[in-house]
Amino acid sequence: MLLEARDIVFGYERGKAVLDGVSLSVEAGGRVALVGPSGCGKSTLARILAGYLKPRSGEALIDGSPLPKRGFCPVQLIYQHPEKALNPRWKLGRALAEAWRPDDRFLEAMGVEKAWLDRYPAELSGGELQRFCVTRALGPETRFVIADEISSMLDVITQAQIWEALLDVAEKRGLGLLAVTHDAELARRVCSRTVRLGDG
Amino acid sequence: MRGLNRRAAAAMTAAAAFALIVAIYAGGALLPDTALAADFSQKGLPPSWAHPFGTDFLGRDMLVRTVKGLSLSLTVGAAASTASALIALAVGMAAAMGRRWVDHGVNWLIDLFMSVPHTVLIILISIALSRGATGLMAGIALTHWVSLARVIRGEALQIRSEQYIAASRRFGRSPLWVARNHVLPHMAPQFLVGLVLLFPHAVMHESGLTFLGFGLPPEQPAIGIILSESMRYISSGALWLAFFPGASLVALVLLIDKLGNTARHLLEPKEAQL
Repeated sequence: MLLEARDIVFGYERGKAVLDGVSLSVEAGGRVALVGPSGCGKSTLARILAGYLKPRSGEALIDGSPLPKRGFCPVQLIYQHPEKALNPRWKLGRALAEAWRPDDRFLEAMGVEKAWLDRYPAELSGGELQRFCVTRALGPETRFVIADEISSMLDVITQAQIWEALLDVAEKRGLGLLAVTHDAELARRVCSRTVRLGDG
Repeated sequence: MRGLNRRAAAAMTAAAAFALIVAIYAGGALLPDTALAADFSQKGLPPSWAHPFGTDFLGRDMLVRTVKGLSLSLTVGAAASTASALIALAVGMAAAMGRRWVDHGVNWLIDLFMSVPHTVLIILISIALSRGATGLMAGIALTHWVSLARVIRGEALQIRSEQYIAASRRFGRSPLWVARNHVLPHMAPQFLVGLVLLFPHAVMHESGLTFLGFGLPPEQPAIGIILSESMRYISSGALWLAFFPGASLVALVLLIDKLGNTARHLLEPKEAQL
């Protein structure tokens, strides 16, 4: 399986393009870091690849065909701020069931405690929520994971735990990973290949 | 309220306000109509222990008339503002969640309704629907959804742009599912507050139109009828005929407002865990 961005052009304002003819590919089992200075369009590219945004021109393709418009998307995006990715009115159990139903063993492997499922997002810490969001994105139909600065607001220990769990699952299932970050050290540790965006 | 946390105190306030409103409604509904019989030996009495609100110039007890009037106002007001708020919810949600042309259509309709004076429209609808309580309620319901629909639309648009909505779509949930499960529950506070804000309007329009002769028929014990009748006697010094019913109406409206605000505190997610 191959996730591709082909000649993507995108801009938020008329006449100005944030992304101008960007191409990129991630293969199944591949671990690619996407780095670049702030505002160079890393997150935008991540959102296009996950099907959240439509590019002005160019395509986001999975195995040569466009991303499916309905159904569980094989490309899952994990956000920088987990508290924004969860409905504040929903207990975590409901938020998890919205995506898929992992068994107890998987939850344990990801470091998600069963007690959390009966709580509201406001009752858990950022690290706990991010661990939950990573788990939620790893459904059985997920083929590629795009991690958009998922650990930049966490302390180093939590950061290491989350990445370890994510990489473990990615390796077992042969998932492709695109890690958006501006932490060069993290990119070197986690990924096998680095793509630079913008001037850098 | 020592010993109770704020949530429990708010819940008790809401329950008390609700109980009082129900009591007024039940009082009006349960009082027999014979309590409104004319008794000319008791006519025009100022407030006393036997008649706390005084009596009118047909010798009817003003407290009984007021409670009956408030009860009727509650019925008309509740029905009209609930219907109106439901219209607002449906229209606002459709505008925010539907396709672009739906939004354009709704905005056009809102502008149209806002450009026509309420009272004229209510009178027209009310007359077209054969006057009386039904026509009045329909008139109020069909004219008052506009501003709440705008609020709901704006709120739903904001929720729609949240990340968890986009995520939900990527988990394979349909737009309708998202609207129902994610967006609609977030509208509850706006809906309730909107209902509360509509209520005084509905009651005032009911009274106002009745006062003008377009609303409820004169044999009904409505507050609007009481007030328009009392106008004739105010100059002769019978102030109690207007004061007590009018003050009771204001008190009822404030009570409902209190109920709505407390309910909002209980429902807001950020305040729900205090």
